[in-house]
Amino acid sequence: MPQHERFEPRNRKKPRALAGVTLALGAMLLSGCSETENVPTLTWYINPDDGGQAAIAERCTADSGGAYRIETSLLPNDAASQREQLARRLAAGDSSLDIMSLDPPFIPELAEPGFLAPVPEDVAQRTTENVVEGALAGAQWKDELVTVPFWANTQLLWYRKSVAEAAGLDMSQPVTWQQIMDAAASQDKFLGVQGQRGESMTVWVNALIESGGGQIIQNPEAPAAEVELGLASEAGTKAAEIVSTIGDEGLGGPGLATQDENFSMILFQGDNGSFMVNWPFVWPATNSAVEAGSLDEELIEDIGWTTYPRVDENEPAAPPLGGINLGVGAASQHPELAYQAIECIVSPENQAEYFITNGNPPSNTQAYEDPRIEEAFPMADTIRESLELSAPRPQTPYYNEVSIGLQQNWAPPGSVVPATTPEQTAEFILAVLRGESLL
Amino acid sequence: MSTQVKTSSPATGNKKRAAQPYSERARGERRLGWLLAGPAFVVMLAVTAYPIVQAAYDSLFNYRLTAPSEREFIGLGNYGVILTDFVWWRDLGVTLLITVVTVVVELILGFALALVMHKALKSVRGLLRTAILVPYGIITVVSAFAWFYAFDINSGYINNWFDWVPGVDPDLNWFAGTWSSLFVIMASEIWKTTPFISLLLLAGLAQVPDELTEAAEVDGATWWERMSRVILPNMKAAIMVAVLFRALDAFRIFDNVFIMTNGAFGTEVLSLLAYRTSISRLEIGMGSAVSVLLFICVLLICFIAIKLFKVDLAGARGSK
Repeated sequence: MPQHERFEPRNRKKPRALAGVTLALGAMLLSGCSETENVPTLTWYINPDDGGQAAIAERCTADSGGAYRIETSLLPNDAASQREQLARRLAAGDSSLDIMSLDPPFIPELAEPGFLAPVPEDVAQRTTENVVEGALAGAQWKDELVTVPFWANTQLLWYRKSVAEAAGLDMSQPVTWQQIMDAAASQDKFLGVQGQRGESMTVWVNALIESGGGQIIQNPEAPAAEVELGLASEAGTKAAEIVSTIGDEGLGGPGLATQDENFSMILFQGDNGSFMVNWPFVWPATNSAVEAGSLDEELIEDIGWTTYPRVDENEPAAPPLGGINLGVGAASQHPELAYQAIECIVSPENQAEYFITNGNPPSNTQAYEDPRIEEAFPMADTIRESLELSAPRPQTPYYNEVSIGLQQNWAPPGSVVPATTPEQTAEFILAVLRGESLL
Repeated sequence: MSTQVKTSSPATGNKKRAAQPYSERARGERRLGWLLAGPAFVVMLAVTAYPIVQAAYDSLFNYRLTAPSEREFIGLGNYGVILTDFVWWRDLGVTLLITVVTVVVELILGFALALVMHKALKSVRGLLRTAILVPYGIITVVSAFAWFYAFDINSGYINNWFDWVPGVDPDLNWFAGTWSSLFVIMASEIWKTTPFISLLLLAGLAQVPDELTEAAEVDGATWWERMSRVILPNMKAAIMVAVLFRALDAFRIFDNVFIMTNGAFGTEVLSLLAYRTSISRLEIGMGSAVSVLLFICVLLICFIAIKLFKVDLAGARGSK
């Protein structure tokens, strides 16, 4: 008993001390937790890039002054898979879709059922100032801004100066598809185009038809059963003639049927390269390959660029338009903060930085004033000019059907028959849209 | 069971009294059986039966994931569209072609390999089995990519082999035509699965009594006679298991086609059609109908194979 008495005070002290330490630690931890937990986290679903979007997310988080924190989440590689994942999440009401990097052709499909949170008027006003026309068109649905343009991409005509010179082509003037096909054939070289059955085929066909004065869809906002296609037209036939000639005469090289943008670039960089239509990423990629020693330094000197080729000598080109817009999910728990973050993301400074570091051109013309751009991309002016000329792909909720229908009938290029393919494609797509045929 | 219980209790001399505690035990065991099987049964219901029933229900609607408000009951309308569309029949033809060719070639090659392993010295038999099984252990997606890149015109090395073969185009684009693409797809499938078939057949070979083959040899039977009259009839059960397993597996082929051609150039198979309709087009109604039809095809294969299997089992028993 005395022992108990003697030890009792000690035993009491221990728990007290422990409780004190625990409380202090707990308070410290809780105060630490609460600081971060009180800051709303916005999830930004990004398409794969060279880390540029993650860097912007970090900068905007820091600039927000604790108003929000942006976390990035990576989407699959290709645009079609990105669309699939986003559409399924949006349809399921996933509240984590605060900010999404969206490919413009898939926006109407998501906007039509109300999957996107409306863009506040003031945000719309501020984020569309100085934005190129094509990018703005791609961000809208039914004349309403449903997403915010982030960066805008366009294809250029890249050429080997030596081949163009040998073929006697004046590249300071706009050139036609016929001219570059003739030049490549006369020099026994390959043309770099994307002939695989994929989205790149739709990009190519759309550019050809638009440049020939036509349109793939004449009433893109119409319901499925009333859609009218412009494929079976003079513009469609001209487009088919170009694609089939390149396929039939072997101008695209032996791998044309499976050729994507990357393989077009590799073909162009090789000894048989002549002309190539492709996105600006080829410039930093070629420079990197030269720096790494896998390509000759002289290659850089031999590469020239100009705007996309024309279909008709007297009609302007309609270069493909790509890029990414930012949308907010309708089920997001922080739509206002998401739009606040989007305003930061698409600032001209961030767009310029993103172009320099990741090679994706700004949609905001103001961003091109950054002097570093001219140094990194000597073709920046041509890109900007091309963006002004560019034509977006059809903006319709049924874009997927139209695109896959085109791909199934126009690939491989050698299988295209100008007299029948455009009409057959139109009939097929319309049957699919009416629910009478499988895709 | 109850007959056995009654006759197996002579020690007590009282059949009625002996059966009572035993049937109680049997009931207890049955309860335990249900208890043990219950969770698995519930999981099976949730992950197998529910999706099938839900797909069958969804297939009756015109239902698009991105237009939920336009969901409309159309009865068997989706089935009508599918069964009158050439795409379904084309894909069914491609699927059956892949199934038949791969199963036949795998059986022939697998049997040859099984014979080699059966005859191999004991010391190397284990090593052989392990070496042969390597392709089967590789993830299908990985092997599909390996085959794709080997045959791809831009990066593959296969075409380099044709540089010195007269009359063969070294610039052949394997993935630009139906037959060449199907050739690579089927070759990859055969390469991957033959080892497994060979092991199944090796087990079958081990079941053939040595006395029978030795007796046939003593009686002067040739190699072919021993094979066709003794070995193969005794292996019928193993062969049928291999055929059933592989036919079902090959009929549901997806990875190889998806990775190598994504169904381009007329190489689309039924599982890819179901995937493209449901997942890529987000047409849940039509995609579900394709899946249900695919499921019916699989059931049909099972039914036919099991019928054959039973006949052969009876025959095998009879021959003994």
